[in-house]
Amino acid sequence: MREYLLGNVAIARGILEAGAGLAAGYPGTPSSEIIDTLSGIASGYDIHVEWSVNEKAALEVAIGGSWAGTRSVATMKHVGLNVAADPFMTLAYLGVDAGLVIVSADDPYCHSSQNEQDTRRYAQFASVPCLDPADPQEAKDMTVYAFGLSERFSVPVLLRPTTRVSHARSDVELGEIPEGRRRGRGFRKDPARRVSLPVNARRLHRELIDKQRDIERELESAPWNRLLLKGDVGVIASGIAGLYAEEALANLDADLSLLRIGTYPAPSRMIEEVVKHTSRVMVIEELEPVVEELVEIVAKRCNPELEILGKRSGDIPRAGELDLLTVRNAIARMLGMSVTVPEDLPGAESVPPRPPSLCPGCGHRAAYYAMRKAFGKDAIYTNDIGCYTIGISMGTVDTCLCMGASITIGSGIRFGGDERPICCCIGDSTFLHAGMTGLLNAAYNKSRMTVAILDNSTTAMTGHQPHPGTGFTATGEESVRISLEEIAKALGSGHVECVDPYNLEESISAFTRARDFPGLSVVISRAPCRILLRRKGERYIRYRVTDECVGCRQCVEFNCPAIEFDEKAAINQLCTGCGVCAQICPKDAIEVVK
Amino acid sequence: MRTSKCDIVIVGVGGQGVILISEIIGRAALKAGIHVRAAETHGMAQRGGSVINHTRLGCIYGPMVPEGGADILLALEPAEALRYGRYLSRGGVALVNTKPVIPTTVTAGQFRYPEIEEILAPLRGIGRVLPMNATEIAERAGSSQAANIVMLGALSRFMPIEEALVLEALMDSVPRRYIDVNLKAFELGKAEVSG
Ligand code: SF4
Ligand code: SF4
Repeated sequence: MREYLLGNVAIARGILEAGAGLAAGYPGTPSSEIIDTLSGIASGYDIHVEWSVNEKAALEVAIGGSWAGTRSVATMKHVGLNVAADPFMTLAYLGVDAGLVIVSADDPYCHSSQNEQDTRRYAQFASVPCLDPADPQEAKDMTVYAFGLSERFSVPVLLRPTTRVSHARSDVELGEIPEGRRRGRGFRKDPARRVSLPVNARRLHRELIDKQRDIERELESAPWNRLLLKGDVGVIASGIAGLYAEEALANLDADLSLLRIGTYPAPSRMIEEVVKHTSRVMVIEELEPVVEELVEIVAKRCNPELEILGKRSGDIPRAGELDLLTVRNAIARMLGMSVTVPEDLPGAESVPPRPPSLCPGCGHRAAYYAMRKAFGKDAIYTNDIGCYTIGISMGTVDTCLCMGASITIGSGIRFGGDERPICCCIGDSTFLHAGMTGLLNAAYNKSRMTVAILDNSTTAMTGHQPHPGTGFTATGEESVRISLEEIAKALGSGHVECVDPYNLEESISAFTRARDFPGLSVVISRAPCRILLRRKGERYIRYRVTDECVGCRQCVEFNCPAIEFDEKAAINQLCTGCGVCAQICPKDAIEVVK
Repeated sequence: MRTSKCDIVIVGVGGQGVILISEIIGRAALKAGIHVRAAETHGMAQRGGSVINHTRLGCIYGPMVPEGGADILLALEPAEALRYGRYLSRGGVALVNTKPVIPTTVTAGQFRYPEIEEILAPLRGIGRVLPMNATEIAERAGSSQAANIVMLGALSRFMPIEEALVLEALMDSVPRRYIDVNLKAFELGKAEVSG
């Protein structure tokens, strides 16, 4: 049977087909839809599905699952693997019981990320095999295969889809989903393999190294590596770049040798064959020159004369994502054929930019407005990862590094000697993910600043996943609902207040009190995400601008997408009725539509 | 050699239902037994940003249409048609909704929104341009939200998939209580490009 599936849904399908009984993840574009999909159908299968508090927790839960004999998977975006790197690196030594797969979705071109790190490097770093799917079909099939591979060699296996695989859709041939029990026999005590005391770690490290040759031998004959030897010019391409290369060669009617790589360790015997067979080879891969380096090493041994084109030679871009045109032109250039340069449309350069913006009525916008009024433009605003980063145009986003860093960087700026007011902004989900330790650290080390927790009661940016503050689990079960106020107090903040950002006056005075507090203060600005409310069936009132408008533009400065301006202000149908612009207007010219 | 039967690029603004169109086309292709590949914009750009979606019919390769390769450019918003106009192939068809969604960069006075003719003229230099006020047509069908389905109706005239299958896929993809509005929107959109 075939179905039209999103790459991440195909991966979720693969997880089910493999008989996995535990899936844990933390949301992050482009990986979120895997757990989203599983959580929606979990009740029909014997599978535990959870949104974990962060990626480290997710991976450790999956490790426990595997050690209990249950096939388990942890999902995250590439930078999430940094958070989970601590368990990940040593897990490779200790190994697995039932199959353990880690999906780490890369984001070349930073479509929705703060960097474009390459998960294949992590695989090398940890001596863990990595599968690099080219499309949703491969992503599903590789997922199923990965569990078996993991069990055969007692290693975790990385699956590394990229944005163009996770968020691609295609017709996918489905396999069977096994019925019945998915949970394993339980944990078996085996301290020699489960306790990373130095005496064990030393031995296990050697065992891990010794496995590599066998892993490579199996992967060499896996269907994800395909070699077609033809002319003495060749192309070696990895993952989705292999698909681009194949299409480019078909477009160009060029008869080149082609090696498509889908596994790491990369198939070095196949690489050797290409290297010996050709006099010139182009290596095409996104991000890091992982394959290119290997080709260089092999060529040094087998064919030192080989001309290698790729990132080092400048023929393939070192950063960003590849596409058909880039690959086709690179190959055409190598073959001395003409390249295609897309024409620029006259006027296209002057099309107004349309950057993502906070939704109409978003509570973050209101919070930023009040914060800025209270703290002023000279204050330092350290920010974090979430929808709220989009509010950069409001002048309240001075830094954004990684999950949770707003609070710790704020502390550092204070202790670094800056005496200006500091307001750190972090969302509720991000606070629970990595902000709590930072707040504790700030309290313990006596940092004098304000932390604003922008609580929209969901993980909005990645598709509205629940978290411990929402009182529901991934599968919609009711659970403990933790209180951000109580946590902030427990972690040592001396002043904690909760405000409704839509009440501007109150919100400004709350931020002012927090600013003047001689210690660590926390303001929780609470307004559920507008998209979430609408989905729950909330109907919004709308506002309109009356004839009293004098065109002063003060409401326009508020940056709400629902406010238009042409000599006078006007409010369009995007308005969700937050009412903040009406509080800003000095002429009382904005009123509720009756 | 051509490596795709029909390459479609769908552009618009986050929230306009770009992904839904591609989903319906994909489901219809599946019914027709045609291989289909598509690439979507998720995440950050969805928050009112500019979005582009690639759909390739009769294709087994990568999901993205190369620039200058789209047989059809379907634009749910006029400025987006121009922004992504470089995807349109020579002699291709551009279906353009003429109802603008004004970006905040324009409201804030930093940029000027182009006149509709400034948008259509350069596209006409490349291919066949079919403008329509899909939003207004959708209102006639019963909901301005169905502008994407109006455009799908227009698109159905140019796709190598039987209309009956597109309609079936449409009915599979939208909630039951909106089916009538959507079918009407589809018909009106189709009629718009018949003449
Ligand atoms: S009330 Fe004003 S600020 Fe709030 S959503 Fe409507 S237009 Fe925007
Ligand atoms: S703030 Fe009030 S008076 Fe000023 S432009 Fe907006 S609606 Fe008009």
